[in-house]
Amino acid sequence: MATTLVDRHNLKAHELRTKNKISKAEGWRRRGPLLPALIFTIVITQLPFLVTIWYSLRNWNLLRPDGNQFTGLQNYVDIFMDSTFRSSALNSIVITLGCVFLAMILGIIFALLLDRKFRGQGVVRTMLITPFLIMPVAGATLWSISMLNPSFGLVNWVISLVGIPPVDWTAQHPIISILMALVWQWTPFTMLLVLAGLQSQPKDVLEAAQIDGASWAKTFLWVTLPQLRRYIELGVLLGTIYVVNTFDQIYLMTAGGPGTASANLPFYIYQRAFLGFDIGQAAAMGVVVVIATIVIASFALRLIFRSFDAKD
Amino acid sequence: MTTTITEPATVSQERKSVQARRRFTGSAITTVTWLLAFIFFAPVIWLVMTAFKPESAAASNPPVFFFAPTFEQFEAVLANGAGAYFLNSLIATGVSTILVVLLAVPAAYAVSIRPVEKTQDVLFFFISTKMLPVVAVIMPIYVIAGQLKVLDNIGTLIILYTAMNLPIAVWMMRSFFQEVPAEVLEAAAMDGAGLVKTLRTILIPMVTPGLAATALICVIFAWNEFFFALNLTAANAATVPVFLVSQMTSEGLFLAKLSAASVLASLPVVIAGWVAQKQLVRGLSMGAVK
Repeated sequence: MATTLVDRHNLKAHELRTKNKISKAEGWRRRGPLLPALIFTIVITQLPFLVTIWYSLRNWNLLRPDGNQFTGLQNYVDIFMDSTFRSSALNSIVITLGCVFLAMILGIIFALLLDRKFRGQGVVRTMLITPFLIMPVAGATLWSISMLNPSFGLVNWVISLVGIPPVDWTAQHPIISILMALVWQWTPFTMLLVLAGLQSQPKDVLEAAQIDGASWAKTFLWVTLPQLRRYIELGVLLGTIYVVNTFDQIYLMTAGGPGTASANLPFYIYQRAFLGFDIGQAAAMGVVVVIATIVIASFALRLIFRSFDAKD
Repeated sequence: MTTTITEPATVSQERKSVQARRRFTGSAITTVTWLLAFIFFAPVIWLVMTAFKPESAAASNPPVFFFAPTFEQFEAVLANGAGAYFLNSLIATGVSTILVVLLAVPAAYAVSIRPVEKTQDVLFFFISTKMLPVVAVIMPIYVIAGQLKVLDNIGTLIILYTAMNLPIAVWMMRSFFQEVPAEVLEAAAMDGAGLVKTLRTILIPMVTPGLAATALICVIFAWNEFFFALNLTAANAATVPVFLVSQMTSEGLFLAKLSAASVLASLPVVIAGWVAQKQLVRGLSMGAVK
């Protein structure tokens, strides 16, 4: 008994060794095609970030020529004392979650309406995806000027038909205005994902539910929604990754104003770096944002892509 | 469809009324769908209408819905030197997309067809760079580009757009490569075909639709990119989004002209997206949704 076990062990070790020997030569041949893309990505995205970390430890303001000394973690202490940084962080959360949530609700409604045969289905789908294809800069100016301008905007004209007095949208409700433009742009994205989920539903299950006499609401709640879950999760996650970096709409619609009422983190960091020339502090904020994003997203990301890969 | 057992006569009657009711609900839902789609699409209609208005009818209260359409705003935009910006956007988008495809196809091949250890880690590394907020790297990029004297240079944008789209392209192409049946590849390997030959004669033809979808997504994101273009370009290399913003800020408000410029700026991507609707969802989900 004992000898066979040892033999078996040796055999396994030998197998492992030869496998290793093969995989060293073979491994590089396999890895080869991956290297250009990997090296390019590391050089272009990771090296600048290392430099950002370096900047964040320095007292560097372009307006003060005597600056640019090593200050350790002083910038980090400063930004956590900075109330605008905190309010921008809060705005980032409100804008991102608000946009993703509303776009998801609208996207589910549109997808349910599209997931049936009717006259002009293709035209309606084409209309509904168009806001996503409009250049975001064009979409932002369209909303801030043509739609929301207090004196000639289309929205104020529409609400005047039911007797509501004109509203100065971007000045009085900056976050709501930004959300309108963002939700309009991102609803097609969530709609397409949910629609893909609806169309991947096994038809026999739906028919079975119908034959059992389940109402539409019951079928949706107990059959469709669980099936859609991972599509919704994926939409929320990817939507968050895209929307959290929102810059165009804020730059063009409110410039973060009034004051800093509607600045999110990307816009505030941009302001500090390119208008305040405070490289050190802007860099420290960038580092904080990156750490926060990676911590939050990496767990969710692995989870969701695993569920998709497992199903395939 | 009703499964209740009743007298034959009432069954047919009931069925008729159920059918009628269903037809009515069906057309009601269709009407609601069209109405909602119209409301959602209305800003686009309004944008296009404004672009064809004379300036006097553009920013008016109450809004003007009937007017004699004119091309003068489009002519004004083109006469205003839009061509140079479009050329810059075309170069930045086109060259970066080609580079992305050239880098992403071999990489996706390596992680999907013949995966090595740590493949998962490499894939998640790629996607994690997508989560890196660009604003966190813009300062070093600005400073380094300044030292290398490549500020306001289209090449700088090309490199950055390539890096921006590469992770999406690798993930997308991976999902297409995974659909290639293993037997086909085994047969090729038995015939002694090398990497280049396998790619060229078997894999690339099989994943060409995927390649087109990947390129489309890269084109959309590169064409619409504003943040890098705003901060890293000036007179020479500025792209279409920068041109649009200059239309708004430098000469006061000419709404009809701005709308015409917006229509021209959005048109290439809108048409591309309309044509390739089916591929859009796969690209946006980085290949996760088929």
